[in-house]
Amino acid sequence: MYEVEYKQAKTVADAAALLAKTGGKPLAGGQSLIAAMKLRLAQPGTLVDLSGIADLHGIRREGDALVIGAMTRHAGIASSTEVKRAIPALAALAEGIGDRQVRNMGTIGGALANNDPAADWPAAVLALNATVVTGKRRLAAGDFFKGMYETALAADEIITAVSFPSPKKAAYVKFPNPASRFALVGVFVAQLADGSVRVAVTGAAPAVFRATGIEAALAKSFTADAAKAVKVDASGLNTDLHATAAYRAHLVSVMASRAVAACG
Amino acid sequence: MGANETGIIGQSVRRKEDARFLTGAGQYTDDVTLPNQTHAYFLRSPHAHAKIRSIDTSKARTAPGVVAVYTGADLEGVNGLPCGWLITSVDGTAMKEPPHPVLAKGKVRYVGDHVALVVAETRSQAKDAAELIDVDYDVLPAVVNPVDALKPGAPQIHDEAPGNKCYTWSLGDKAAVDAAFAKAAHVTKLDLVNNRLIPNAIEPRAAVASYSRADEAYTLYVTSQNPHVERLLMTAFVLGLPEHKVRVIAPDVGGGFGSKIYLYAEETAMVWASKRVNRPIKWAAERSESFVSDAHGRDHVTHAELALDTDGKFLAMRVRTTAAMGAYLSTFASCIPTILYGTLLAGQYTTPAIHCEVTAVFTNTAPVDAYRGAGRPEATYVVERIVREAGVEMGIAQDEIRRRNFIRSFPYQTPVALSYDIGDYDQTLAGANELADVKGFPARKAEAAKRGKLRGLGYASYIEACGLAPSNVAGALGARAGLFEAGQVRVHPTGSVTVFTGSHSHGQGHETTFAQIVASKLGIPIDNVDIVHGDTGRVLFGMGTYGSRSLAVGGTAIVKALGKVVAKGKKIAAHLLEAAETDIEFEDGKFTVAGTDRSKTFGEIALTAYVPHNYPLDKLEPGLDETAFYDPTNFTYPAGTHICEVEIDPDTGVVRIASFSACDDFGNIINPMIVEGQVHGGLAQGIGQALLESCVYDADSGQLLTGSYMDYAMPRADDMPSFKVSTRVTPCTHNPLGAKGCGEAGAIGSPAALMNAVLDALAPLGVKHLDMPASPQRVWHAIQSAKAGA
Amino acid sequence: MGIQIAMTVNGKAVDADVDPRTLLVDFLRINLGLTGTHVGCDTAQCGACTVHLNGRAIKACNVLAVQAQGAAIVTIEGLSPDGVLHPMQAAFKDCHGLQCGFCTPGMVMSALDLVERHPGADEATIREQLEGNLCRCTGYQNIVRAVQQGAAAMAK
Repeated sequence: MYEVEYKQAKTVADAAALLAKTGGKPLAGGQSLIAAMKLRLAQPGTLVDLSGIADLHGIRREGDALVIGAMTRHAGIASSTEVKRAIPALAALAEGIGDRQVRNMGTIGGALANNDPAADWPAAVLALNATVVTGKRRLAAGDFFKGMYETALAADEIITAVSFPSPKKAAYVKFPNPASRFALVGVFVAQLADGSVRVAVTGAAPAVFRATGIEAALAKSFTADAAKAVKVDASGLNTDLHATAAYRAHLVSVMASRAVAACG
Repeated sequence: MGANETGIIGQSVRRKEDARFLTGAGQYTDDVTLPNQTHAYFLRSPHAHAKIRSIDTSKARTAPGVVAVYTGADLEGVNGLPCGWLITSVDGTAMKEPPHPVLAKGKVRYVGDHVALVVAETRSQAKDAAELIDVDYDVLPAVVNPVDALKPGAPQIHDEAPGNKCYTWSLGDKAAVDAAFAKAAHVTKLDLVNNRLIPNAIEPRAAVASYSRADEAYTLYVTSQNPHVERLLMTAFVLGLPEHKVRVIAPDVGGGFGSKIYLYAEETAMVWASKRVNRPIKWAAERSESFVSDAHGRDHVTHAELALDTDGKFLAMRVRTTAAMGAYLSTFASCIPTILYGTLLAGQYTTPAIHCEVTAVFTNTAPVDAYRGAGRPEATYVVERIVREAGVEMGIAQDEIRRRNFIRSFPYQTPVALSYDIGDYDQTLAGANELADVKGFPARKAEAAKRGKLRGLGYASYIEACGLAPSNVAGALGARAGLFEAGQVRVHPTGSVTVFTGSHSHGQGHETTFAQIVASKLGIPIDNVDIVHGDTGRVLFGMGTYGSRSLAVGGTAIVKALGKVVAKGKKIAAHLLEAAETDIEFEDGKFTVAGTDRSKTFGEIALTAYVPHNYPLDKLEPGLDETAFYDPTNFTYPAGTHICEVEIDPDTGVVRIASFSACDDFGNIINPMIVEGQVHGGLAQGIGQALLESCVYDADSGQLLTGSYMDYAMPRADDMPSFKVSTRVTPCTHNPLGAKGCGEAGAIGSPAALMNAVLDALAPLGVKHLDMPASPQRVWHAIQSAKAGA
Repeated sequence: MGIQIAMTVNGKAVDADVDPRTLLVDFLRINLGLTGTHVGCDTAQCGACTVHLNGRAIKACNVLAVQAQGAAIVTIEGLSPDGVLHPMQAAFKDCHGLQCGFCTPGMVMSALDLVERHPGADEATIREQLEGNLCRCTGYQNIVRAVQQGAAAMAK
């Protein structure tokens, strides 16, 4: 790890000011950032630790929406009775992130800000049409994710919470990479309150995306078979050691069909 | 076992070593901290193949905390790392042994090759400074696949090895094989790749080297499976140091699996540098360094042919293998795809004629050497895969084709040099059939089909040659070292015992198994016995632990030393009891005059040996401390049958192991719990090879693509089933323990069993071939190709 | 440059001035000499460095020492302060759930967290929940048995 300065922020404003002043990076759970720093792939200069900002922790209902504070750990979301009651698919997704030790440190805000192409949370946020709340503004899911490891966040902007509208039905099914256990393909299927269907895919492309073909098929018939019958276009999907684009395209349909089945 | 032993042999005694491991009190190399210690970091080549135009270390030398920076140019008078086994090519020429410099000289030949050693006050400072070293590389084309490396026009890795060929070696009667093929009723042909693996002991390699000016002596703590061999090679072959002035300590070692047998560049450079900086130097590999710099395993490309008669009896086998050596010859690299591979191609079968030809090839990759099983898994994979194909092609059931060809008369001389002393292959096959409930398979397959899943069953009946081995035979075959073992039994005046063994435990539980033997033979409580290993300063000599040799060879050396202790004890007892030595019997810890109740306890004899007031000093030296060396007369031959049942999801290509059964014959067993644990671990590694693991280098750049656990699929708990294991016993005929060894069996039989099961499951879809690992994408693509071809 | 940190480790208050880039595992191993916590990888996957931070298992190689400011840390050395093996440690010994011992401290610390979060876990759940701990020696079977036996002993 390269040399680094470390600052504790007490408030969101404090954090923004420290980030603006130092050009550093916010430190949430650190499960991706510290790993990257150890391999000398990241050199933030200054870390601004968000763990001391009380406002960023916790899970609450706001009307019909479930609001999860950005510094809430994956493990806390997985075991939250509030989450299990409101959107059980989110608790199940959180329980499948990384491993138990990583879930005990990693946070939803950190994962979204990092926007790893194989991360799980982006699929939930995009499929449920959630709102990403920052210290400065509210961003619709569709506007938040920009590309591989890229988001709409400014350098001194911090995610404070994510607001998930309760869907009618939702489920996430992941096909893990045999080595890393990150999503080789992860598909989040949601039937929103207004009846519309959104299907978000992670792991398969440089960034999370909506599988519009499957959405259209499920809008007509919300069945596993309908999802499985859709042939997903492999162009633009990732090819790597663990999966060709063709295999990933196939898995998108299969995982989508399993997610529909899991919706009940 | 003899009647004069207490019942502790054969019991699952809980391990003596566990208390320290479970409480964090284990002492691994990276736990060693010496006063005034510095830290090492190795700058490694980022290129697979390049000329070094120049290295500028000036900035690094003046960086904060830096004590010294060394490159290959500084290591004047230091020889290259040696290879311990000379293989002779079919044309009579010696294998090509290009120099293997400790730090690169003029050229780098793989990603991870050692370019410079930085010594600094802290690990971070050493790493920071290494980034300031300016190396001017002239990047050359690289070749990573052994078959590609043999092609005309392939990049030339060493001037000394034209065409990248290290040797072409053969074994067996080619003319007899050709004749048998000419009259065969059926010939089965198969092309196979044995995938390259990265050992991945969970403890990364580490070393702490120090030098004392006062007594001109070095001490090296190192993650080694064989500290005496490490010392011998380092002092005599590389650094030219006096052997008695170097103490090598391999303390607790966190797994080896072969990868910690070898003399590596890191510790060699550190020992050399410790005198120059006159301070202790410590290094522990980061995992990403382990991936690029530990010796890898396997990496064979093979064409095999099996000739059969109309009844499915094997007439002959022909095997042609290309084996990667990597960029340099690692310590035992040359003997793995030859001595430990070609000789095993008879398997459990009476195949009368076998011919094997192996071409060893340099590639721009990390060196390849022994990895759990070492040559024997590769041989078993060839034999058991082709036997399956032959059975399928001829319509003979998988267990039946094996039974038709089993060796049943012992000793049995194979056509590939080995002489099996004993075995009962019908017994282990029957045992495996029973464990696997093979009778119930058709019903399970039908039930799975209803769920849209494909079930398959696969067999592997393996044999291994273990207990390495007679030194004279090894020497005749090219070994540059002996293959005996040493043991010393030191009885203390109060009757407790310290045993010094040349074997080294890095998970095998020797401190318990060996103590069971000693306690049993001497009739004393196991708590009165301590086993010391892994320290050239305390243990007289040793060849170390690999090749499932510790019990059969190391254990036998201890048994021989115990025999000497008892013999001397009888002399002392005879004197005390005023009886003839020949009348003294030793049983249950007591020396008794035969036919009387006159006796002396072991403790009394021990005390007398050290307080020799009433003692035959004119005939006998005081003291009770005996040493034995044991050089076996033959290999040992553990064997067994593994049966794997898989269920495949054709939608995703995921292979789930429904059950895995192993029935093994390891000869006599001292501690069944430990043996079962060894089998489990071996199975997991073999299954890992067949299902998950694969070391992949980029064909163009030579970069390691599987350089971390993000891309190298290590077996996890939920990848593994609960194994069903059992044992049968035919005691080894040529060592007093009747033991054969158990450490590698699991890794030897399981890959073929699993792949045979996968192919059985996929057969209805028309899939005819699949190479390891049977990863989801490979299986899915194989299904798609079969569909497209149908 | 240095940062003052304070925490409790195995019930004992400790403080130190550390370089901010110091990982918690290095603080434990180097500063405090608690070498029972091991480092087996650099991508936070092997789990050999698992310790408890405020009662939850975390990977000490992927957390900065400064992030543990004010926290209560428990390492393998803290499980049996009076020399008597904790029931989970005893179960690992009894079931032969360890061979080389290198992954063992992390495995045991992880197992305790597993039992706490998933009381009454069956074999499949235990295997799944051990995703964050690699063992190369045992094939996991005896580890799974040890976790079951340890959990049962702890419930008594």
